[in-house]
Order: sequence, then C-alpha cells, then structure tokens
Amino acid sequence: MSKALSKVKLPYLLLLPGFLFLFTFFILPILNLAQTSTQTPTAGGDTGEYEQTFRFANYIDAFIENREQFARSFIFAICATLLALAIAYPLAYAIAFKAGRFKNILLVLIIAPFFTSFLLRTVAWKQILGEEGFVVPPLRTFGIIGESTTLTSTSFAVVIGMTYNFLPFMTLPLYASLERIDPRTMEASGDLYANGITTFRRVTLPLSMPGVVAGTLLTFIPAAGDYVNAAILGNPNSKMLGNVIESRYFRIVDYPTAAALSFTLMAAILILVTLYIRKAGTEELV
Amino acid sequence: MVDVSSATRGDLRLTRITKTYGDFTAVDDLSLTIPEGSFFALLGPSGCGKTTTLRMIAGLEEPTVGSIHLGTTDITTKRPYQRPINTVFQNYALFPHLTIFENIAFGLRRRGIKNVDADVNKVLDLVELPHLAQRKPTQLSGGQQQRIALARAIVNRPALLLLDEPLGALDLKLRRQMQIELKWIQREVGLTFVHVTHDQEEAMTMADTIAVMNEGGIEQMGSPADLYDNPKTAFVANFLGQSNLIKGRIEGTDGDNLVLDLYGQKISMPKSRSHAVDNSIFAGIRPEKFRISLVGTPTRGNVLTGGHIEEVSYIGVSTQYQVAMPWGQELMVFEQNDDGVPPFDKGDQVLICWEPNFTFALRGDEDAEAGTEVAPDDFDEDE
Amino acid sequence: MTKVKDATIPTIPVQARLSRWFGRNLIRIYAFFGFTYLFIPVAYTFAFSFNDSGKSNLIWKGFTLKNWQNPCGAPEICTALGNSIKIGLLATIFSTILGTMIAFAIGRYAFKGRSTSNLLIFLPMATPEIVLGASLLSLFLVFQINPGFWPTVLAHVVFCVSFVVVTVKARIASLDPRLEQAAMDLYANEFQTFRRVTLPLVAPGIAAAALLAFSLSFDDFIITNFNSGTLTTFPKFVYVSAARGIPAQANVIGSAMFFLALAIVIAGQLISKKTKVTK
Repeated sequence: MSKALSKVKLPYLLLLPGFLFLFTFFILPILNLAQTSTQTPTAGGDTGEYEQTFRFANYIDAFIENREQFARSFIFAICATLLALAIAYPLAYAIAFKAGRFKNILLVLIIAPFFTSFLLRTVAWKQILGEEGFVVPPLRTFGIIGESTTLTSTSFAVVIGMTYNFLPFMTLPLYASLERIDPRTMEASGDLYANGITTFRRVTLPLSMPGVVAGTLLTFIPAAGDYVNAAILGNPNSKMLGNVIESRYFRIVDYPTAAALSFTLMAAILILVTLYIRKAGTEELV
Repeated sequence: MVDVSSATRGDLRLTRITKTYGDFTAVDDLSLTIPEGSFFALLGPSGCGKTTTLRMIAGLEEPTVGSIHLGTTDITTKRPYQRPINTVFQNYALFPHLTIFENIAFGLRRRGIKNVDADVNKVLDLVELPHLAQRKPTQLSGGQQQRIALARAIVNRPALLLLDEPLGALDLKLRRQMQIELKWIQREVGLTFVHVTHDQEEAMTMADTIAVMNEGGIEQMGSPADLYDNPKTAFVANFLGQSNLIKGRIEGTDGDNLVLDLYGQKISMPKSRSHAVDNSIFAGIRPEKFRISLVGTPTRGNVLTGGHIEEVSYIGVSTQYQVAMPWGQELMVFEQNDDGVPPFDKGDQVLICWEPNFTFALRGDEDAEAGTEVAPDDFDEDE
Repeated sequence: MTKVKDATIPTIPVQARLSRWFGRNLIRIYAFFGFTYLFIPVAYTFAFSFNDSGKSNLIWKGFTLKNWQNPCGAPEICTALGNSIKIGLLATIFSTILGTMIAFAIGRYAFKGRSTSNLLIFLPMATPEIVLGASLLSLFLVFQINPGFWPTVLAHVVFCVSFVVVTVKARIASLDPRLEQAAMDLYANEFQTFRRVTLPLVAPGIAAAALLAFSLSFDDFIITNFNSGTLTTFPKFVYVSAARGIPAQANVIGSAMFFLALAIVIAGQLISKKTKVTK
C-alpha cells in the first residue's frame, strides 16, 4: 500500500526542490517587480527610497517617455529575426540534406562560436566594422559608402550584431525541423512534376514551419530585450529599451519606472508571441 | 510543363547503363528493353542494383554512362519532373501536411490541370478508398497508405509506373491480396508497370516478364515460366525457387537427347535444355519434379539409386525430404500430399526418378551455391 | 549477362553535367560562406590575441606570443576569469541536479499538473534576460541582500534550469522503455534498474545539459550585470574594458575557451561513435 502511495508521490517529490527554487527566485521576483512598478518616491526621502502607492499611471508615464526606445527595440528585433531567418534557413537546409557524414561536425561548428565570449565577439564586430577593419576601407575604395560614413555606432551595426549573436538560436530549431522531413517526400514531389522551387514552396517549407516558428521565437524574445549590442555597436540615438531599463537601475535610480518598463516589455512580447503562435499554429501541420 | 502526349510513350530502352559510386559499381553495362503495356519485374537480392536502375529510370539518379530512351525520346538528362514517369516509393512518401485528396491531386496541379476532381475521385474509386479523401496520411493504415501512393501515381496516367518494393512493409496476407489487386489494376489502366522486388514469389505472381539481376547486371530475362523451368545460370536456378544441382559430364548423344554421367549413374535430357559450353556440367532438377520410390518398385524416366532419407518435414500441402546420395550430396524432394502422406520414413532406402524433359543443364564452372543465400529482410537502398 | 556489344556507349553532354552539379551544390557553396561569416569574429579574436598591443588592442602592432605566455598579465583579468569559472561550476551543479529531477518527473510520470509544470519550465526561457535580472535584483534589494557572488549563482541557476530540463527530457523521451522492462525481467529491482540501465542511458543527455548550463552561465552578461555588484566576471570585464580597449589577454582567454570547448565536444562525439554498434 505504501509502495503504491510512494509511486504516486514520486513525481511530486522530484519536482519539489526545483519548483520551490523557481518559485522563490523566479515567480516571487516577478511578483515583487510588479509591486515595485506602482511605487512612487517617498516625499522628502533620499534617492532610492520609494513607497507603495499603487500608482498605475507609472506605466503610462514610462511608456510615453520611452516610446521611441520601445518602437526601436521591436523594430530592431524584428529586423534581426528576419535577417537571421534568411541567413539561417539555407544553412540549416545544407546541414540537414547536403552534409552527408559531416552533419555532426557542422552542427558543432554552428554552436562553436558561442564558446568565445559573446562580448568578445560583439567587440570584434565593432573593430571589424570600424575604421581599421577590413570591411570599411574596401567599401570606400569601391565607392559603395562615402568617406564620412561609418559603419560602427550605427543602428545598422546594432542589427548586424544582434543577427549574428542570435544566429545559432535560429539555425538549430530550423535544422531539427528540416531533419525530420523524409527526403523521399521531396523526391516524390519531383517525381510528380514539381521543379526545385515548387518542391520547396509546397513541400519543404510547410513541413519545416514548426522549426521556423520555434526559431523566430527563440530569436525575437531575447533580441527585444537585448541592450549589449546597442551599447557596444550603437550610439546614443540607437538606444533600445534594455538600455533604458539598465540605466534606470544603475545610473538614475528609478526603480518603479524600470519595473514598469520591464513589465511592459514582457507584456508586449507576450502579446506579439501569442498572436504569432495563433496565426502560425493554424498553418502548422498536425 | 510535362509532355505526356503519345510522342513520349513507347518502349523504355536502357542502353549500356553503368552507375558507379567512387570505386563501387552498382549497375554494370546494363541494356534492357521494357515493352509498352507490360508488367515488368526487376528481381534480385539486396545490393544487386535493381533499385538504382529504377531510380535512374525515374530520373532520381543519373547514369554515369549510357542512355535511356522512352519511345523515340532521349530522356537521359531530363529531371524527374520532366519525365512522364511516376514512382510508388517503398515507404509511400505521402505528403504529411496535405490531405489524401491533395496528395493525389499534386501531380495534376503541377501539370497545370485545373479541374482535378473527376480524375482524383475516379482513381480513389479504383483503389476503393473514396471515403478517405479528406484525411491526412498519418491517419491511414499501412495498406491504405500504399494504395493512396499508387493512386497518386496512376492518376497522372504516366508512360511508365515504377514501383519500388511497394509491398515490403505489409503483412503476408495483405501483401498477397495487393499482389492480385496490382495485377488487376495494371490490366485495367493499361499502363506499363516496372516493379522492383527481392521476393521471387511476388515477381512470378505479378509480372509478365522478369529480369533477374545480380551484382549490377541482368542474369536472365524472360517470362516466369521460362525462368523457372529453364534457368541459364546457377544464380537464377537457386534464386527462383529451389534447385538440385548435381555435378556431372556429358558422355554422349542419343538422337535429340544428351546422355549425362552423374557420379557413375547415367541419365538423359533434351539437348535444347543444356546451356553447357563443354562437357563439364551441372544437371539441374527442381525438387517437385522428383519422385521417391522404395528400392525394388518399378520406375520410369531418369533414375538415381543408392539414396536414403535423412530428413522428413511435413508442411501440410506437401512433405519435403532430404535424400542423402552415395556421393555425399543431399537432394531435396517435394512430394505433394494429394493422396495422403507418402509412406516414407527417415532411414528408408529409396530411388529418385523424374521425367527427362524437366532436366536442365548449367555450365560446369558455375558456382552451385550462387543465389542460395537467404536474403536478409532489410529495406535499405541498393547502393 | 546480356550485353549489347555492338552499340557504342552514349555519354552525358558536358553542359547537362555542369548545370546539374551547380544546381546540387549551390547550397553547399552558400553554406560555406555562411560558416565563414560565423567564424569571422572568432578568427579575428584569435588573430588579435597575438597582437603586441600593450593596453589597447585596437590596431595591429606586431606578432607576439607574450600574451599567450602570460594570460593573466592584464590587471583583474584572472580574478574575473576565476569568478566566472567558480560561478559557472556552482550554477551548473545546482541547475543540473534540480533540472534532471524535474525532467524525470515530467518526462516519465503522468500526473495532475503536468502541463502546468511544462509551462512553468518554459516561462524563464521566454522571459527576456533583462527582466529576469532586474526582478531578481529588486527581490534582493527588498531583503537587503547585496548583489554579489551568491546572488549571481542563484540568478544563473534560475535561467539554466529550464535548459537542463529541456535537454534531459529530450534524452529521456528517446529511451526505449523495453530496456528497463528487460532489466526487471532479469531480476533487477527499481533502484538497480535505475542505476544500471536508466542512468547510464540518460547520462549523455545530462552531460550535454551540464555543458550547456556551464556555457550559458560562463557567457552570461545581462543577468550577471544586475546581480553581481562589484564582483567581476569575465564578460563584465570585457564589457567594461570595451570603452578604453580590451587587453589582448582577454582574446587569449576567449580563444582558449573556444578551443577547450571544441575539444570537449569533439571528444564527446568520438567517444559516442566508438561505443556505437557499427552495422
């Protein structure tokens, strides 16, 4: 009797430590953040002293004051996601169908750049795209960009950096999805009078949609909240929401605004993601 | 757009096709003509090159050298979607994200045909699955998927329909049923079917003409009866059914017959059934042609003496005997149990006799074991 | 064999061969460029680790092995590295243990609340790092805990656990239940079965999860930035020095980590290949 009981209890026992931990250090903090977001500075208090006043107008203030950075975060994230998709899809396709026995090696090589600190890589981009790098001088020589145009400290560089950093997040789910497609189905399509492009459009792409959805989500969500790329590769006019939140915590000590912004970011992401999944879900295969 | 008009119909002709992968030769200087409208089988063990040949006909592989003609058109370099040829794949390769209806309509749509309803429904009726039109492939059983794969190919009325071991994944009963149905469908629609299989019973049941393939080339080609009754090589003799191959020499002639000496015993056979090049031969007799009788009973035809029964296996329809002969070989005998079980037991001293006309003779330098390995039941692609 | 000896062997025209080759390999060519693009910053980092640069590693000054011979030469860099490794190891241990337990619970047992658990595990992965970092900092502030070493470790465990769960769960899902049934048929009780059959089979997944957790933790910047206070970690060090010039020793360490991790992964692949049954 007790053995049967313990069998029923076992999953819960296994879950307990982990979930207790997550509750304390994930759920509680988020709840606390919610609570902070409606606070206001204590009248006559020091910087950093706040009291709970349930001021929901904090959200509106925060949003209005930073709407530019909000928009920019989402635009950058969408651009980076689309670029990453364009670059990663053929890469994942090549590994899934054209790699033969090098498949595993190539997969490792996709993740390998990760092993160098991502900050080092981002800084490397700054120098590669900078005045002394090997990209700008040739472009200037061929007249593609003007003498006074720089590639670093631009929004362009920020998006490039984001695309680069999140590329593995896009490639791996795409690969996983493509790998599951039976190559015979693609042969069957050719057998049934569809040329290469038509086969891709009508067979390969629809069957790889789960990977596309997963990849775009895994790229967009961190990209929207990123601020490191903007800090290293951007300029004061290309600040993203993340930069604002960071400065509100560390430079201008304004916790309620920072908290409100964080929640708005999360909410916005959640809404976009839900809409996206809803739409993509109806086209997904069973 | 694919031209499926009469100009690209006709006999399929492979001329000196070779396919190599690096050092490995999968198909070796193969030439073959498949007559329009026939049910043709490529039969052979795994690795003999039959699937590679099929894929080259479909356009899914390119020959290293050689040419392929359909009627008067050279299709050697044409891509699969440019050939009026459709394939039923081994694991069906149905499109999982499309309904059954759309799977079948796929080829029609790609060819620009707007009104697909009539054709699709007609072929669904042919395979007796009209009620599954709106389902998805994963909701169907193996047998149903196989029939839909067939329907998807047939609906395009191709000049050639290729079947790559399509019945391999089905259980025995269903397989037998599908063999008969496929044969019927082929006669109904009048298309040329090219069927690849390693199952010789399947090939003999369904095909008008069989090409037995071994190690990249064709060993012998003909009707099932031709191949079975009069094999030209040990491989064909052993791969199709079973054979008893007894080493011997040609001693002389007797009118239209040859006189053979098998370990000192004399038998005769028609000259026309010998494929020997010199006096050294293997005499071949199918096990069901042998008759066992006890020593002392009257016999007719060829007789081999001195045997005793080693093993008896009762199989219901027949009883199989292993008879040990004085020269050390064990001969196989199948006796029908149509008159009750024959009264022979292990250890009995027996004579074996048979009609001389059923004997065939192979070259003496043949490998008597060729074709006898039990083909493993694997579905890997021939390389 | 039937041979048509008198017919000459037809050959495939060169033009058809070329266009066929190109069509087949276009994507391979693209992939080659794709991989090159992926490795440009890595190659750049590696190259500049040999730069005789002094304080600021912005322009190439000359080739030297000095930096590799003295990787701790820059002030604070090895303290930062040491902290990153310590935090990484602790975070890996905790998150792997917690995550593996959760993975077994969700992956093996059907219980009420299973789908809610799945959702709860997915949430940290779906939350932007900045929100994770900021919320934890807020919590610590409320309880008047100063940001530093242990808050960082805890923060890392939070975001690593989900990845561990996903990785181990995938491995568990691919286990054939008949293997455990066979073990019990052969007189092994539950514990013995777990120890001698289940665990060894899941081990590669746990190892992969641990490796993943360590690399996520080691490379983390945003969450660390919020919760480490004055403690430096390697990514923080790089970020702070980015303004005035990153010392070449950082490149050395970054490259060394790259090769080390690459070696570990390749070794893992080779080992698993050796133990695989070849056909």
